[in-house]
Amino acid sequence: MSKRIEATDLNVYYGDFLAVEGVNIEIEPRTVTAFIGPSGCGKSTFLRTLNRMHEVIPGARVTGEVLLDGDNLYAPGVDPVLVRRQVGMVFQRPNPFPTMSIRDNVLAGVKLNGGRMSKSDQDDLVERSLRGANLWNEVKDRLDRPGSSLSGGQQQRLCIARAVAVQPDVILMDEPCSALDPISTLAIEDLIEELKKEYTIVIVTHNMQQATRVSDKTAFFNIAGTGKPGHLIEYDDTSVIFSNPKVKATEDYVSGRFG
Amino acid sequence: MTTATNTGASQRRTSALTTGHLPRFSELIVLGCAAAVSAGVLALFGFSVTGWLVLTAVVYLIVIGVLSGVVEGRRKSTDRVVRGLVVVAFLLALIPLISTLWTVVSRGIGQLSWSFISGTDRTTFDPTTLEVKVVPGALQAIIGTLEITGIATVISVPIGLLTAIWLTEYTQSNNPVRRVITFLVDVMTGIPSIVAGLFAFSLFALIRGPKEAFSGFSASVALCVLMIPIVVRSSEEMIRLVPHELREASYALGVTKWRTIMRVVLRTAVAGLVTGVVLAIARVIGETAPIYIAAGATNRLNTDPFNGPMSTLAVLSYTGYAFPNDQDKAASLLEAWGSALLLVIIVVILNLIARVVATAFSPKARR
Amino acid sequence: MRAALRKPPSKAGDRVFLGLSTASAWVILLILAGVLVFLLVKAAPAIAANWADSSQLQDRTAGNTAGWNSFWPYVGPLLFGTVWSSLIALVMGTPVAIGIALFISHYSPRPLAGVLGYLVDLLAAVPSIVFGLWGVFVMRDFLKPFSTFLNSYLGWIPLFGGDLSVGGATILAGAVVLAVMILPIITAISREIFLQTPSLNEEAALALGATKWEMIRMAVLPYARSGIVSATLLGLGRALGETMAIAIIVSPKLIYSFQLLTDNNPGTIAANIALQFSGSNELQRDALIGTGLMLFLVSFAVNFAARWIISQTAPGGRRRRRKARTA
Repeated sequence: MSKRIEATDLNVYYGDFLAVEGVNIEIEPRTVTAFIGPSGCGKSTFLRTLNRMHEVIPGARVTGEVLLDGDNLYAPGVDPVLVRRQVGMVFQRPNPFPTMSIRDNVLAGVKLNGGRMSKSDQDDLVERSLRGANLWNEVKDRLDRPGSSLSGGQQQRLCIARAVAVQPDVILMDEPCSALDPISTLAIEDLIEELKKEYTIVIVTHNMQQATRVSDKTAFFNIAGTGKPGHLIEYDDTSVIFSNPKVKATEDYVSGRFG
Repeated sequence: MTTATNTGASQRRTSALTTGHLPRFSELIVLGCAAAVSAGVLALFGFSVTGWLVLTAVVYLIVIGVLSGVVEGRRKSTDRVVRGLVVVAFLLALIPLISTLWTVVSRGIGQLSWSFISGTDRTTFDPTTLEVKVVPGALQAIIGTLEITGIATVISVPIGLLTAIWLTEYTQSNNPVRRVITFLVDVMTGIPSIVAGLFAFSLFALIRGPKEAFSGFSASVALCVLMIPIVVRSSEEMIRLVPHELREASYALGVTKWRTIMRVVLRTAVAGLVTGVVLAIARVIGETAPIYIAAGATNRLNTDPFNGPMSTLAVLSYTGYAFPNDQDKAASLLEAWGSALLLVIIVVILNLIARVVATAFSPKARR
Repeated sequence: MRAALRKPPSKAGDRVFLGLSTASAWVILLILAGVLVFLLVKAAPAIAANWADSSQLQDRTAGNTAGWNSFWPYVGPLLFGTVWSSLIALVMGTPVAIGIALFISHYSPRPLAGVLGYLVDLLAAVPSIVFGLWGVFVMRDFLKPFSTFLNSYLGWIPLFGGDLSVGGATILAGAVVLAVMILPIITAISREIFLQTPSLNEEAALALGATKWEMIRMAVLPYARSGIVSATLLGLGRALGETMAIAIIVSPKLIYSFQLLTDNNPGTIAANIALQFSGSNELQRDALIGTGLMLFLVSFAVNFAARWIISQTAPGGRRRRRKARTA
């Protein structure tokens, strides 16, 4: 269920522009890894290369390797569609499909495979996924209402349920709480703690307290200046990064001296 | 963790991310084969370019669908077939465009001469063969086109522009009258052009009597009904693009509202406004039905827009085909194509002007 | 007393300008009402007339109103032909137009999208008479082999049955040209709405492992549904009022017929007016204006419905939502 990620010498380009340079990182299964760093440092860009979502932007390309349990995502013949089934993603803003019901939103990814599922199997999966996203009790009586009728925090948990329903190995989260209020944020953070038991989780966050609360390991990204590529500066246990970092820039950043 | 186990895992699990997939360029190769096969098949039955294109598309879609379905699975196959269909749809739209332009140019080009644009129809009689020949002329239609469209423009532009100003500068978005007018202007853009012609005819038939109803001015009124909504919509859009800060800056200097509108808002939006007007002219100059109904048609030169029938190029093209001169039908048909080509040339020129104005004076270029 | 604040000198200018622009706005309403009123007044004598006893209307040397008992049976087949030819055009044109819109918005390389869109818009710039002549001299001949094939092998379907037209002046030929003429408007509006699909929803679908087409089905088409409906209705409105394509390509008659491939085709209101107007006497012209009034009402209703749908649903309406982009 949970897989290990290794990136080696990864460069990301937008057209001719080098956005992220030379990232080497190993992410263990069943852990939460936080990416922190100032705006524009390439942490979101790098996150998107872990399920090839960067390819949505025209001109974006990658050199280097990303291994998912040893399989290179960028090997010739790899189908990005298959990659994304194994590496799910939750976005900055909640994005349930506005025209679909809550139930259909959860089933959206599963239905793509077209495998015939009995109604009861579908019901089971919806309940399991929504319970997994700590949302079941709030929505079980209104599964046929549109997904957009929920509050922002609920919508985000619906998106997590939707990602969980296709049973991925890895879940990427791109600042999942930045559009949410503190109470909803807390609910999502509790959920991440739960999800860690089954999935490899990588989360980009601007909020350093959040990184200390939810993550086992933390990666600090930085940028030398505008127009320069982003780099992975330091990667270690979260406790080390926040208490005893080895690099000066990391210390400056986590202590709030810049960024 | 040793490297050896890692590589082993890599070998075994590669299938987790790769499915069967067609080699690169397979779409192009299939397309090439489809074209070759279709050409071969058609060679047996009689070759035609359109038949070849259609057959190629059909063969391509079937082959890529089946091939991809077998190798890559149903989902990928559907994806590829849809991609093919979408491209076919686009090419399908280009065929009539190219074919129309080619037809009108190739059939009309021989007709374009100084005598065609400088005179009206003349007949020549050859005393030795006793043959009556018609030398076609389009001068009356050219004059008619210019006068009718010109008058329509002179009426439509102020009304359209002022309405757009009223909608954008003098009303709030929740004003009920504004909402009704914007809505009705949108609905008006869909009025059938022939209805506009009937309106103008009815109007002048009731005012001047049915015998005197036909005139160039009547046709101009018909065109106004079609043109005003277009001008309102395009001007409104352009005026809305003017940043609010510019107006505030002007008000802050104590400039009155109407001067602000004239000197700041309209001047900033002028390129867009001109483009919109030129496109509106291009749109109505090719109208046939409303002019034929409101102004009738004539082969004689009539420069007075307020009395008597007038022709335009579009109407001449229609009458040349539909009501040919009994003495020389071939000449009438050539006249129809000649004036159609002349019309297309005018429309193309107007479109080019619009594009040049839009790009040359766009705010981006000036900054 | 605000003595220091002198009255601005051009207060009168302000008032005149406001008056002019307000008046212009009302002129538009006046024109719309005028179209209805003048058509009604001019058509009333013909609609109210006793057709059987009217020497003008039964004049067989002019117009085509002879032999009809009243206005309504006369306008009936014309209304039928108008709607029928437009529907055929719509059935052929809409899928192609939506395909083109998808090609431009989601399949073509981005830098090319603008140019390709312009090419399709060019179709809208071609005058209708040019399309009409093209239909007569190119499309008729082009369709003949297809028509022969359909008629001989699928002739048992009523649509393709009947006596095959020799000259090709069929309603099919007219409707194909109509379909080409309504492509630009349907394409332009659908394309606009496809481009407005929130990229968040598109990314959500892709992140779930959707292929491009599945993404379009999950995110783009549901979002654009009402926009597609109103684009189609606007296309229908265009087709209803189009005159020349039917007037000179088809040989229209005052009949009800569903057959696509024969010389006996129902005419449309617009084409009938264009063909009969010059040869008709005064009362017959009033009758033609009456049919024009019917056309106005039908197309007004269709356009009204289309614009209503657009204005009720935020996507594609006046309130354009900014595309949310993630950092």
